[in-house]
Amino acid sequence: MKFKTHLLPEFIVKRDEDRCTRCKVCVKQCPFGVHSYDEENDRIISREELCVGCQRCVVYCPENALIVEPYPGGYRPNEYWTGEYIRDIKKQSESGGVILTSTGAQRRLKIYWDHILLNASQVTNPSIDPLREPMELRTFLGRKPDALEIEYEGEDVKIKTELYPNLLIETPILFAGMSYGAISYNAFKSLAMAAKEFGTLFNTGEGGLPREMREEFKDCTIVQCASGRFGVDPEYLNSAAAIEIKIGQGAKPGIGGHLPGEKVSADISATRMIPEGTDALSPAPHHDIYSIEDLSMLIYALKEATNYEKPVCVKIAAVHNVAAIASGIVRAGADIVAIDGFRGGTGATPKIMREHVGIPVELALAAVDQRLREERIRHKCSIIVGGGIRCAADVAKAVALGADAVYIGTAALIALGCTMCQRCHTGKCAWGICTQDPKLSKRLNPKVGAQRLVNLLRGWSLELKDVLGGMGINAIESLRGNRDHLRGVGLEEWELEVLGIKGAGE
Amino acid sequence: MLPVVFRDAFLEGVRKIDELIEHASIEGDVAKIDASRLNHKEVNDLMRECVLKGAKKLILKNVCGQRYIGTRLHLPEGKKVEIEIYGTPGNDLGAFLDGHRIVLHGNAQDGVGNTMNDGEIVVEGRAGDVVAMAMRGGKIFIRDDVGYRTAIHMKQYMDKIPVLVVGGTSQDFLGEYMAGGMVILLGLTLEKLKHRAYYIGTGMHGGVIYLRGEVEKYQLGKEVGVVDMEEEDWKTLEKHVGEFSSYFGYDADEILAEKFMKLLPLTKRPYGRIYTY
Ligand code: SF4
Ligand code: SF4
Repeated sequence: MKFKTHLLPEFIVKRDEDRCTRCKVCVKQCPFGVHSYDEENDRIISREELCVGCQRCVVYCPENALIVEPYPGGYRPNEYWTGEYIRDIKKQSESGGVILTSTGAQRRLKIYWDHILLNASQVTNPSIDPLREPMELRTFLGRKPDALEIEYEGEDVKIKTELYPNLLIETPILFAGMSYGAISYNAFKSLAMAAKEFGTLFNTGEGGLPREMREEFKDCTIVQCASGRFGVDPEYLNSAAAIEIKIGQGAKPGIGGHLPGEKVSADISATRMIPEGTDALSPAPHHDIYSIEDLSMLIYALKEATNYEKPVCVKIAAVHNVAAIASGIVRAGADIVAIDGFRGGTGATPKIMREHVGIPVELALAAVDQRLREERIRHKCSIIVGGGIRCAADVAKAVALGADAVYIGTAALIALGCTMCQRCHTGKCAWGICTQDPKLSKRLNPKVGAQRLVNLLRGWSLELKDVLGGMGINAIESLRGNRDHLRGVGLEEWELEVLGIKGAGE
Repeated sequence: MLPVVFRDAFLEGVRKIDELIEHASIEGDVAKIDASRLNHKEVNDLMRECVLKGAKKLILKNVCGQRYIGTRLHLPEGKKVEIEIYGTPGNDLGAFLDGHRIVLHGNAQDGVGNTMNDGEIVVEGRAGDVVAMAMRGGKIFIRDDVGYRTAIHMKQYMDKIPVLVVGGTSQDFLGEYMAGGMVILLGLTLEKLKHRAYYIGTGMHGGVIYLRGEVEKYQLGKEVGVVDMEEEDWKTLEKHVGEFSSYFGYDADEILAEKFMKLLPLTKRPYGRIYTY
């Protein structure tokens, strides 16, 4: 049945007619078909109900004639039945479907990063000036030995203990798994190039690694092995610095993935090794993993397949009991545990999963770090956290709560042009990021994209050094799990306890 | 504080290769390995060492529960070898297998050919659960029955089409999420040629399943349909059943004289219409 839609537009487009020269740039730029040229009256008209607020037209309008802003009208204000609930109900009453969305959870819920403050030295121990003193952000990821035996050979000191394979990164920030398929080739390449240039790692997500990239990027790639096992063959596994088993994702814990057939183009199909046009379905669980024992089996299968040369990471969503699960993962043989929080993004997820499932990563991280310390196995693995890391301060707080490094996904995409319009699942990303449409993806030049990402990493790294210096610390190592450098404000007793930090003033 | 209890059962006590080498003997390009006193990793260490030393054929005796046999043989120059196994290997036999050929004189446990890329596995007996999970290429022949969750998410690309032939029958969830490839179930261990598995092909969106004998409609997932056998299908079956028969001493014509059912996914996109933007 066809309905007259009851939905209100989400945005309005304001065009300054005096400034507008009818150059039609907005018409060309908008992938959602909002703008069109009305020849008869020589003006540009806009169908606002189609607008997603991606701001592409606003940025590219040469005359600065456009403003796109949230629709000012709306229903009678109601704290309970907010416009969003009303809108979703209407949408579903017209379609009968599961509401699909993208990016990360947006709902109002305490943001713990914003209730945690960092420390600085005053008088009793001097702060360090990062401009003059060396500051170490270098981080090693992977299992560490129980003890280190060293040997003296004349002047030289040698490590006698056999070490586990570790990853070396120049800053404690990595790019989170985003598959070629979910994002465009150019976005994927931008991440790879930036990781290589800066000395960190990018993560293929579960869409495989295009063959022509394998040689060039093998030292800065984490390849994923997820439930769909797309593109997973021994060559793929061996052309990476590390392997990540993806169990879950913060944006959609407990469910699988689904790359719709229309996005499975020839190139994507070659990388995923499935026929063109079929849905790429990732089952909710790995069907060979129903227990920690089974997980252990896959971890070692991957180690066997790569001759024990690469650390294996296991990525889970932050959920209830995350600490016990993480302990099991370490005991199963993982070298790195990655925890993806409630705010973690995605290219497509049912809204109900994005908004209601999982727990904030700050609490999950603190609980995991604490648990692994109590069990005295914290050194057996490194912890990477992700899911909504917005700035260098979040990174510093994450490290102080116990993370070895962080994954950034959304922040990296924002650096590439993303404006958080939450339309990745439509495949029409105006910024050439979450799309396979060649006309759109060519809007992103990998060279330029990589430069933006490198700039971001550089900026955050400098800020991290500033923060460290202020604390009187000269290595990120010394901040790791150092919760003494954190204080909480506006937090309840139980929250302080889970976070393992004192309240401000204490 | 809890006491430190951390056991890495898999790596514990693994000996260095020079301590292991006495368990192998290489003559020409054939290496014999006695696995009776070796743990999982040691067997694979030794196999790799033998192959790097020039062995083209590995004969493993007294295998008992060791996992991942064949997995460590992703070799730089792409060398392919033949592995003959006596005993009962552990889980994940030939996981990620990269073009080698494995013949097992005995039964296999779970995970045979897990995410296998290429090559061949012949099992002269039965196999456990998750056989051919996410298999991407090559062939697996199992003489008798297989367990649950067989051929889940098998897939194919262009002319790289994995084939699994099972002489007996399978338990539930056969071909779940199957995205490509071919499964042939011959039912030779059944008395009445009625397969008992439920949920066959749930979520299937690619590939094909051939069943010798019968299943009822309610045993099938709702994403699969039964279609008529055609000339081409019989040709395909002749080829793979022929090969199967030659390994296990069956008469292919006799096997092919029975009725076969062909199962295909109803659509390449089973879940395309449940979303709204
Ligand atoms: S969808 Fe984007 S490009 Fe189109 S009108 Fe809205 S803001 Fe402009
Ligand atoms: S990646 Fe593109 S489609 Fe997705 S939120 Fe960002 S701008 Fe929108």
